[in-house]
Amino acid sequence: MNTTPYGNNGKNHLIELKGITKVYGTGSVAMHALRGIDLCIDPGEFVAVMGPSGSGKSTCMNILGCLDTPSAGSYLFKGIDVGTLSRDQRAILRRNYLGFVFQGFNLLNRTSALENVELPLIYRGVPARQRHDRARKALAAVGLTGWESHTPGELSGGQQQRVAIARAVVIEPEVLMADEPTGNLDSTTSREIMDLLSAFNREHGITIVMVTHEADMAVYARRTIHFLDGIIDTEVDNGKEGVVQ
Amino acid sequence: MTWETILLALRAIRRNVLRSSLTILGIVIGVGAVITMVTLGGGATAQVTSEISSLGSNMLQVRPGQDFHGPGGTRSSAEPFKIDDAEAISREIFGLEAVSPTGTSSTQVISGNKNWSTTIMGVTNAYLQVRDWPLESGREFSEAESRSGRAVCIIGATIKKEIFGDKDPVGETIRLKKLSCQVVGVLESKGQTGFGQDQDDVVLVPLRAFQRRLKGNTDVGAIYVSAADGISTTTVKEDIEQLMRERRRIASGEDDDFHVRDMQEIVSTLTSTTRILTALLGAVAAVSLLVGGIGIMNIMLVSVTERTREIGTRLAIGALEREVLMQFLIEAVVLSSFGGLIGIILGLVSAGIGAHILGMPFVFNAGIVVIAFVFSAAVGVVFGFFPARQAARLDPIEALRHE
Repeated sequence: MNTTPYGNNGKNHLIELKGITKVYGTGSVAMHALRGIDLCIDPGEFVAVMGPSGSGKSTCMNILGCLDTPSAGSYLFKGIDVGTLSRDQRAILRRNYLGFVFQGFNLLNRTSALENVELPLIYRGVPARQRHDRARKALAAVGLTGWESHTPGELSGGQQQRVAIARAVVIEPEVLMADEPTGNLDSTTSREIMDLLSAFNREHGITIVMVTHEADMAVYARRTIHFLDGIIDTEVDNGKEGVVQ
Repeated sequence: MTWETILLALRAIRRNVLRSSLTILGIVIGVGAVITMVTLGGGATAQVTSEISSLGSNMLQVRPGQDFHGPGGTRSSAEPFKIDDAEAISREIFGLEAVSPTGTSSTQVISGNKNWSTTIMGVTNAYLQVRDWPLESGREFSEAESRSGRAVCIIGATIKKEIFGDKDPVGETIRLKKLSCQVVGVLESKGQTGFGQDQDDVVLVPLRAFQRRLKGNTDVGAIYVSAADGISTTTVKEDIEQLMRERRRIASGEDDDFHVRDMQEIVSTLTSTTRILTALLGAVAAVSLLVGGIGIMNIMLVSVTERTREIGTRLAIGALEREVLMQFLIEAVVLSSFGGLIGIILGLVSAGIGAHILGMPFVFNAGIVVIAFVFSAAVGVVFGFFPARQAARLDPIEALRHE
């Protein structure tokens, strides 16, 4: 995986989608979720992806996160064609370069916050002692010092999402994929989470791709991409480096 | 990674205490039941075998009438034996220890106000030798008593208990039909036969007295023969059959109208009975193992939603399919072997207690322990592992979306 960063084409794109389509089903019942997406994302960007339900924004996100495979088109991640990678190679790509934050948190139940954050490090084979230290630091970075031994059931929604963010950033990913990270949270908590994501973008240079349908949240991003009926409708440059307000 | 995977599996077990313990419980019940049942069955078989040897394993019974399977009984149509037949066996057959002609009848024993229904056997002293049956007190029949057919008797332990209680019966008189009979000896207790008959519920009188005073004929019902040490009962049986065919003038090709039964035959009848019993118990236990397995399957399927999402999460953060599978496999193996071990211990302990309560020997059967353990492990692995495999093969996003 550790080939020359940013590919051989001379451009600095971290992510490059060309003509990506995604079709569910076949024949007359075929549903075209994506109808040809061209998109480039550079290192350190904070991109918000917006659009109504069914516009294909989540599908695109899943393809970007290597959780799903496109029907056609090419996806270059750091210049590497993800389409040529095997299932296991895609898993290793996720393990080393991608962090995920989901709307539903997707933490392991009845498992302490610390163990949840340690999980990706276990799959990366980080030794136990180092794992604990890094997980503690990641929890501290999201403001959860003292909550390490609490299980998701004992944490509020905002705290659970913080644990999920800690789990995503503990591997120091190139890209953090956030799929409606504030979808289950109230507005105050949502702003706290967005501040946190912005801080990671700004201070650690982690590229963030975030799907949201709340305009309030999209303004945190530098660039907003609007999806409609499976294609990119408009792209808006917020003109600011990272955080608004 | 292997150690880490084991760690992940152990964490997953610890995290889901209820689910884990229910899984273990299912296996414990199944394995425990199988081991208990089969071990008890083995104990029953061993006990039956030892009871048969208490009958005297070198003993043969010669009875008039054709063979029919099961203990006791004769065909009335066949001509009965006479004392001569017993004497001929004693004289002509090689390798005998003792021969006793006998007669059997059921009657009431009366003494004072006590009344007991029992079996009267007319025997010679040789009967005690054939049955290897020592006296608890008193003496055998004297030569004169045997010859003259005097009204004396030796009683079994049950008769002593029922009629005399704690009193010493030797010298007392009991009444058999119209015959007043003096008790000269008491037999040691032999307990029940493998068929549940009380061997001690018997009154022995001299054969001559039995024939003359109780039956009014000279018939002999069955001839009990014991082979000397080191002599095969099969050979003795064949010799006796040949002799009796000659004496009873049975042409070659005609069926015997008598039957020589050796204990091997009874042993095989009884062991086949207990084997069926063991198989039956084993089948019941196998059903409980199956039910335990279904319990495990239920638990696994109920938790499949949660687990599928867990698998999706693990895949999303970069776990390989085989790492997830290995974790679930280890989880299933650990749970089922742990359950299997507890089941084995529990099964052996309860079999031990059961054997103690039922007064049976405890026969350890390593084979069934291994079979039960392997089966339980297989059940655990199949039902724990395969749903997980289905999930781990999904695209991560499908597993994550699973509802």
